[in-house]
Amino acid sequence: MGFLDRLKGGLEKTRKAFVGRIDAVFSGQKPLNEETLEELEEILISSDIGVSTAVEIVEYLKSKEGEIRKAGSPREFLKAHMKDLLGRPQPLVIFGEKPFVILTLGVNGTGKTTTIGKLASRFVSEGHSVIIAAGDTFRAAAIEQLEIWAGRSGAQIVKQKAGGDPAAVAFDAVEAAKSRGTDVVIIDTAGRLHTKSPLMEELKKIKRVVGRAMPDAPQETLLVVDATTGQNALNQAKLFNEAVGVTGIALTKLDGTSKGGIVFTVKRELDIPIKLIGIGEGVDDLRDFNPSEFIEALFEP
Amino acid sequence: MLDSLSEKLEGIFKKLKGKGLLKEQDIDLALKEVRVALLEADVNFRVVKDFIQGLREKAVGKEVLDSLTPGQQVIKIVHAELCTLLGGADNRIKLSPNPPTLIMMVGLQGSGKTTTSAKLARMYKREGRRPLLAAADLQRPAAIDQLITLGGQLDVPVYYSRETKSPAAVSQEALKKAKLEGRDIVILDTAGRLHIDESLMQELKDIKAKTPPNETLLVADAMTGQEAVNIAKNFNEAIGLDGVVLTKMDGDARGGAALSIKAVTGRPIKLIGMGEKLDMLEQFYPERLASRILGMGDVLSLIEKAQQDYDQKEAEKLSRKIMSEGFTFEDLRDQLKKIRGMGSIESLLSMIPGMGAKLRGVKVDEKEFVKIEAIINSMTLRERANHNLLNGSRRKRIADGSGTSIAEVNRVIKQYLEMKKMLKMFKGGKGLRLPKIMPF
Repeated sequence: MGFLDRLKGGLEKTRKAFVGRIDAVFSGQKPLNEETLEELEEILISSDIGVSTAVEIVEYLKSKEGEIRKAGSPREFLKAHMKDLLGRPQPLVIFGEKPFVILTLGVNGTGKTTTIGKLASRFVSEGHSVIIAAGDTFRAAAIEQLEIWAGRSGAQIVKQKAGGDPAAVAFDAVEAAKSRGTDVVIIDTAGRLHTKSPLMEELKKIKRVVGRAMPDAPQETLLVVDATTGQNALNQAKLFNEAVGVTGIALTKLDGTSKGGIVFTVKRELDIPIKLIGIGEGVDDLRDFNPSEFIEALFEP
Repeated sequence: MLDSLSEKLEGIFKKLKGKGLLKEQDIDLALKEVRVALLEADVNFRVVKDFIQGLREKAVGKEVLDSLTPGQQVIKIVHAELCTLLGGADNRIKLSPNPPTLIMMVGLQGSGKTTTSAKLARMYKREGRRPLLAAADLQRPAAIDQLITLGGQLDVPVYYSRETKSPAAVSQEALKKAKLEGRDIVILDTAGRLHIDESLMQELKDIKAKTPPNETLLVADAMTGQEAVNIAKNFNEAIGLDGVVLTKMDGDARGGAALSIKAVTGRPIKLIGMGEKLDMLEQFYPERLASRILGMGDVLSLIEKAQQDYDQKEAEKLSRKIMSEGFTFEDLRDQLKKIRGMGSIESLLSMIPGMGAKLRGVKVDEKEFVKIEAIINSMTLRERANHNLLNGSRRKRIADGSGTSIAEVNRVIKQYLEMKKMLKMFKGGKGLRLPKIMPF
């Protein structure tokens, strides 16, 4: 099965609801009038894209009314514009001096640990050595959960006792990777709400301490966002970005019916690229995010 | 964004200075703004549509009360309507007359089922009941361990089996164990599942068939977007829900998902999760969530939040101390720490009605708080207790030590003295209220 098929499979529920309704709006000879545009706005809003971005897209289509009339269907214009909103593909690639350090963060329950497990498997299967740092020392059994994932993926794990200092765990992991010549370090952190300043301070400290172990690290700061999340994802991205500088987003749980439309707004307002998407529970259901493939999969019948 | 609704409505009705009836035209304009506010709060667009329709009928021709502006009048109607929709039903958890009561927790992955199960166990234990936790999440790695750890923290027993593959069997065995050991409540933590995953939904049906729960609670994340409607609908149709626990309400999500869920299932929100710690499970109050969804500020929540973080005993201790020894820099620092622990200053302030508009564009610099703490940390213990010692050279030393300037040190001292003066007014009065110590 090709990648596009897998992606389409994973996104099937997402796609059906979305495209089916968009096609219905533009079916037959329906002109681009107030009514159809309002319907389109609603479909966009139902994907969690947010009012402001939905209005922006509708306004764009309105401004292209002449061309759309000539072309016959607004569909391609809509696709192209939504693709533009997502920007060019920016996959997660490891580069430069070893180890390549990835710091993962996010609010509670978005799937950080699972994403790390999948990411580790991917690197290992590509022939890289991986150390996972069990930096979620707060949640009960978070370390055990990560150990199981490390075992499955063939990655090493650096851990301390529950309740330990996450910054120390991260530091140890980077130091260990330096001495063992490991390629990649993935640091898990406890889920935290972006509004809790002491917890955000803790995150800043982890980042600082990692930078002390290795000057350019972390090379990647990955925010894990649950696709089921609504408008609050924008606040999450904003505040995590202000605190530690987010370099990319992993959008998880896209195998449900949620469309994760908020990432359009996150990209538009904060210019943070989506790098990875989670489309299932299996080890290889973590994929590079490719805007045009994503839009194709969303729109193709 | 907060408070913009009331502001926009005031704008629309500005020309309508006098009293009289709400006119259709104005109402439509106002309702457009209400629509956007609800959508931005993640209320499902279909629910919004119906809601606005109903509102329109209620609002047109309504007399504007003397004491209110038309904008306020519309908000009042919207708020009342939201409260009716969110509340109305009995939101107590029914306990079985023939114990043990079985409570089944269901929901998507990551919504907070395991933590909420433990919070419930704690709540019942404090009521003098004898809960048993049961680990029926056989999917997620280490989920059983998580429940065992939480049970250990609470001193509540946990039933689990590492051999079985059947959650229904776990439920059966847990009930047996409860009967045998005289446990009156069994809280069944199930695996997170997508509402469209048929085989996993079947698993829940199997549990239900073998051990019918007295209460089936959907654990839903307050940050959920438009899909809340389908999630709640599917769970309700598949297994029948009795209520909802809304989690992660301690963040800044507006929580519109709750309205969607209530509208589509008719099931009441019974409890809300207000934090990661196990004592942070609270009653649900429709009025407060209605204000929050509208972004109107919520004094009640703020006051409660403050009280919660501000332990009563501690407050009394501080109060007594201030009466006898006076308010020191040390006390100021402790209070700052407490306030910062409550959440971002901006989100706290936005809970105060009227504050939102005044603070528009004003960015509260949380670094200020860090600076004040650093300045106080750079004082000697004697200086912290007695500000009269703080002469020029000491101030210079403090500025150097805290990485600030003398001007900044002076400002903190001035603010401290103002607060001290304010606190004196409480002396002789009844107890101490939370002093206002915002550094601006």
